[in-house]
Amino acid sequence: MSAVANIPPQFEIVDQPLDSQMTLSMGPQHPSTHGVLRLELVLDGEMVVKATPDIGYLHTGMEKLFEYRKYQQGIVITDRMDYLNPLGNNLAYVMAVEKLLQIEIPERAQVIRVMMCELQRIASHLVWLGTHALDIGAMTVFFYCFREREKIMNLVEAASGGRLTPSYFRVGGLMMDLPAGFERRVQQFQTDFPQALDEFNTLVTGNRIFQKRTQGIGYISAEDAIDWGLSGPILRGSGVGLDIRRANPYTGYDKYDFEIPVEQDGDVWARYLVRMREMRESHKIVQQALSRLQPGRVKADAPKVVLPDREAMKTHMDALIHHFLLVAEGVDVPPGEVYHPIEASKGELGVYIKSTGGPKPARVHFRGPSFVNLSALPHMSRGCMVADIVAIIGSLDIVLGEIDR
Amino acid sequence: MPELQQPENSNPKSSERVVSQTPSQIAAALQREHPEWVAEVITALGETTVIVPRGHIVEACSFLKSTPGLEFNLLSDLCGFDRGPEEEPRFEVNYHLFSTTKYHRLRLKALLNEEDTHLSTVTAVWRTANWHERETYDLFGIIFDGHPDLRRILLPDDWQGHALRKDFPLRGYEPYSLT
Repeated sequence: MSAVANIPPQFEIVDQPLDSQMTLSMGPQHPSTHGVLRLELVLDGEMVVKATPDIGYLHTGMEKLFEYRKYQQGIVITDRMDYLNPLGNNLAYVMAVEKLLQIEIPERAQVIRVMMCELQRIASHLVWLGTHALDIGAMTVFFYCFREREKIMNLVEAASGGRLTPSYFRVGGLMMDLPAGFERRVQQFQTDFPQALDEFNTLVTGNRIFQKRTQGIGYISAEDAIDWGLSGPILRGSGVGLDIRRANPYTGYDKYDFEIPVEQDGDVWARYLVRMREMRESHKIVQQALSRLQPGRVKADAPKVVLPDREAMKTHMDALIHHFLLVAEGVDVPPGEVYHPIEASKGELGVYIKSTGGPKPARVHFRGPSFVNLSALPHMSRGCMVADIVAIIGSLDIVLGEIDR
Repeated sequence: MPELQQPENSNPKSSERVVSQTPSQIAAALQREHPEWVAEVITALGETTVIVPRGHIVEACSFLKSTPGLEFNLLSDLCGFDRGPEEEPRFEVNYHLFSTTKYHRLRLKALLNEEDTHLSTVTAVWRTANWHERETYDLFGIIFDGHPDLRRILLPDDWQGHALRKDFPLRGYEPYSLT
């Protein structure tokens, strides 16, 4: 027992000879924990007996902040949760608010939302691939991935003005229409990307070191994966072909033709294969969205919710009044509660909003996929080596901004 | 004029979905079979909420999970809500259920008074409830009886109070007042 009374039990110094178990603290400043995750590893030699994640180092009280902000102001907070997939977060949040307000958004806005979200999914998977390979020891992949990701970042910047925090989707539509020549730039990316994807496959997939490091590591069965609430590529890597875009379609995903990649092995390698194939499917969806893009409005016809056009404000008194009231007082959202799930790049991203009327929500809760996926780490990592922990964390594709909120 | 017959399952994608019951039908069936488990059924905005008396939450969850045809085998989310210190009952705990085979969703809700914030854990039904319940304990102070590891998760162990309660200040350690 420690002499000082208030020391938490995990910091107590326990005299144990090295031939038995030893506790090792990994993180929070470890580069392979992808942020500020701390793991408490109980080791027997180099074998992990127990891994306990310790989170909360990045907790900034975002859910509390929502309650003190108007609905429109909440959109910028969502950018900062999963900062690798901010457009997905925007989408989940604005769709939940739109469900509360019961407004329909125009076709063009829906198609642009799908296109931007799929580009963002590719960008998110590229960061995953680069860092995952880097953790395992393949350094070159990182540069290739970030070169391609930069192209998507430039597209997001062209559309929204922000690279990491676009806040491009607004309640009732989009911030603004796509800039001139945007379709041509997306088409250019579409033409180049399959070749880059082939390059990644050449670099990583056939690499025998990578295969040895990932095959049979971090196994989770389909039954356990469902029990642990896993979603996204991890669940599909365990042989469950579940995709919210198919199961509960939103934003017109039921009109797109794409496949759901499924692998049966349930290990790190299976999750790698699922994500690699998902990038191809996202690429297909972007191409379909491009061909569906028709001229039209990008904001819903709801003057009490959507900011009026700049031109209308200069010529119409009612537009000016609506603008003033929207900015000064906000949107009056009727009482109710919704849970809106979307398929983000990491899995099921659900937004629960409770409204008691008025311009501010009573409660906003984000069901971050990383949060739930990380909770299964102790289950996946039992009996593996310390070096395998790094591979498993990489395959979970966690973002601490979303876990700690 | 010949009537245009819409063939069933004309859309190949919708035929993949095996939807037998809508969530409101499930809620009605639950009310019929176990009336003591259902205090109220609310259908609004396309979502169905079943308010379950707090003592029956584990029974209701395991029934919904294991009954063929319902198969709510995945707990999507579990989150708390504070209606405010003056409200009675004060706290809500929401369970968002999902089925990976039927693709339907249902929300269960338990209501708790401020004096007695105890609720039975559902970690035995879905292991994913572990971290969700820890988060709800951390931020709302709702105690899940029987939870294997009920510690704070986001805030430090020595934190005072529960941050998402309505009477917890947004900034500063004391409630801000102009008087």
